[in-house]
Amino acid sequence: MSEDDDIILSELDDEELVQQMFDDLYDGLREEIEEGVNILLERGWAPYKILTEALVGGMTIVGADFRDGILFVPEVLLAANAMKGGMAILKPLLAETGAPRVGKMVIGTVKGDIHDIGKNLVSMMMEGAGFEVVDLGINNPVESYLEALEKEQPDILGMSALLTTTMPYMKVVIDTLVEQGKRDDYIVLVGGAPLNEEFGKAIGADAYCRDAAVAVETAKDFVGRRHNQMNA
Amino acid sequence: MSNQTAPLPDAEKLTHEGFSTGSQGRILLIACGALAREILALKEMKGWQHIDLTCLPAILHNSPEKITDAVRASVEKHRPVYETIFVVYADCGTGGQLEKACADLGVDMVAGPHCYSFFEGNAHFALHDDEITAFYLTDFLARQFDAFVWKPLGLDRHPELAAMYFGNYTKLVYQAQTDDPALTAKAKDCADRLGLAFERRFTGYGDLATTLSRWMDKEP
Repeated sequence: MSEDDDIILSELDDEELVQQMFDDLYDGLREEIEEGVNILLERGWAPYKILTEALVGGMTIVGADFRDGILFVPEVLLAANAMKGGMAILKPLLAETGAPRVGKMVIGTVKGDIHDIGKNLVSMMMEGAGFEVVDLGINNPVESYLEALEKEQPDILGMSALLTTTMPYMKVVIDTLVEQGKRDDYIVLVGGAPLNEEFGKAIGADAYCRDAAVAVETAKDFVGRRHNQMNA
Repeated sequence: MSNQTAPLPDAEKLTHEGFSTGSQGRILLIACGALAREILALKEMKGWQHIDLTCLPAILHNSPEKITDAVRASVEKHRPVYETIFVVYADCGTGGQLEKACADLGVDMVAGPHCYSFFEGNAHFALHDDEITAFYLTDFLARQFDAFVWKPLGLDRHPELAAMYFGNYTKLVYQAQTDDPALTAKAKDCADRLGLAFERRFTGYGDLATTLSRWMDKEP
C-alpha cells in the first residue's frame, strides 16, 4: 500500500486538498479527482473556482511538463481523463451558476481524419478557461463547419488533423470562408501533430497552436484583441 | 513468396539501429528499416546483385519529422561511393518535405503517401475513401507491434487507454506481404488487443516491386 492510499481527502484543509488534487491529476486518478471536486462543493466552493483553481491549475502543470518532455502522451491522457471526471460533475453546475464566458468556439477534426485526442484536449482546456465549446467531432466536411458556424456564431473556428494527407483540407475550409466573404467573421486556429506555424500561415489561419495550453492562450489573446477592436 | 534466401536482419536491429548489406554494388538503396526484408527478398528473387541496401532505423516511422534530415544525411554520406542512389521511402508523414529534399538531391523516391499505400498499390489504395477507420499493419509492423504501437502509446502500462486511442477505428487491416500463418495469427492478436475487427489482405510487394524493377531497368 502506497503512502498516498493513507491520505483522507476530506481531512485536508482547502489549500492542502487543492495541492493533493494537483498531484492526483498529475497521476491520472479520476476517482480521487471526482471525490476532491465533491468535497470542495460541499465546502461551498463555487463550481467556477473549483474548475479554474483545482482542475485547470493542475492540468496547467501537466501541460507544462508535457511540453518540457517530462510527461508523455499516455500520462497526459490519464490526467485528461481524471479532469474529465471532475468536469462532468461541474459542467451542469457551471451552467446553473452562470460562470463567466470568455468566448465561443466551434471545433472539429477535418474530413478524412478520425483522430481526436488533441482536439478533445483542446476542447476540455478551452472549457476550463471559460469558453463555450461546440465540438463537431471527427471527419468533418466543409459543409459541417459552415453549418455550425452559421448556427452557433462563434468567435473561433478550431480545426484539427493528425495526418499529412488530411491537413490540407483545412485550406479547403478557409478558402470556402474567403469565397463566401465570411473569413474575417471568425478567428481561425489550427493544430495537430504534423502542422507547424509556417503551414498555419500558408493556409490563411490566424494561428497554429502547438498544444492545448497554447490554444487557450492564443484564443484568449485573439478574443481579447477582437473585443478591444469592437469597443474602440 | 516467403522463401527468402538472403540473410534476414533482426527486427529489433532494424527498428532501432538500421542495417547495411555492406558496399559491394554500384547502386545503393537507402530505405526504411521496415522494408529491409522485403527489399532483400526482391533482390534475391530478381537477381539484383549489383545493389546494396542501407536502412535507417524503422522507428523513425514514429517521428516522421526526423525522416527528411536522416535521409538527406545518408544520401550525402554515401554519394561519394555510389554511382546511383535511390530512396525507398514514400512521403511517410513528412508532408512533402522528403519529396522536396529528394528533388534537391537529384534522387528518386517511391511514389505515394506511405507503405500501406504502395504495398497495396497506390492507385488501388487511393480508392479506399471509405476506409479511414482502418488501422494498418504490414508484415514488419505485425512483427514489431509492441515496439511501434503498444509500448510507445503506453498501452503496456495502461491498456485502458486503448479506447481513447482507437475508439474511432473499426478494424485492423493486416496487409500481408508474405503467406505466413504465424504472422497472420500475430496480426489477429494485435487486432484483439486493440478491440478491432480483423481483416487480412494479401498485397505481396505491390508498388515496391514495380518501383524497384523500374529503377533497375533504368540502371541495369
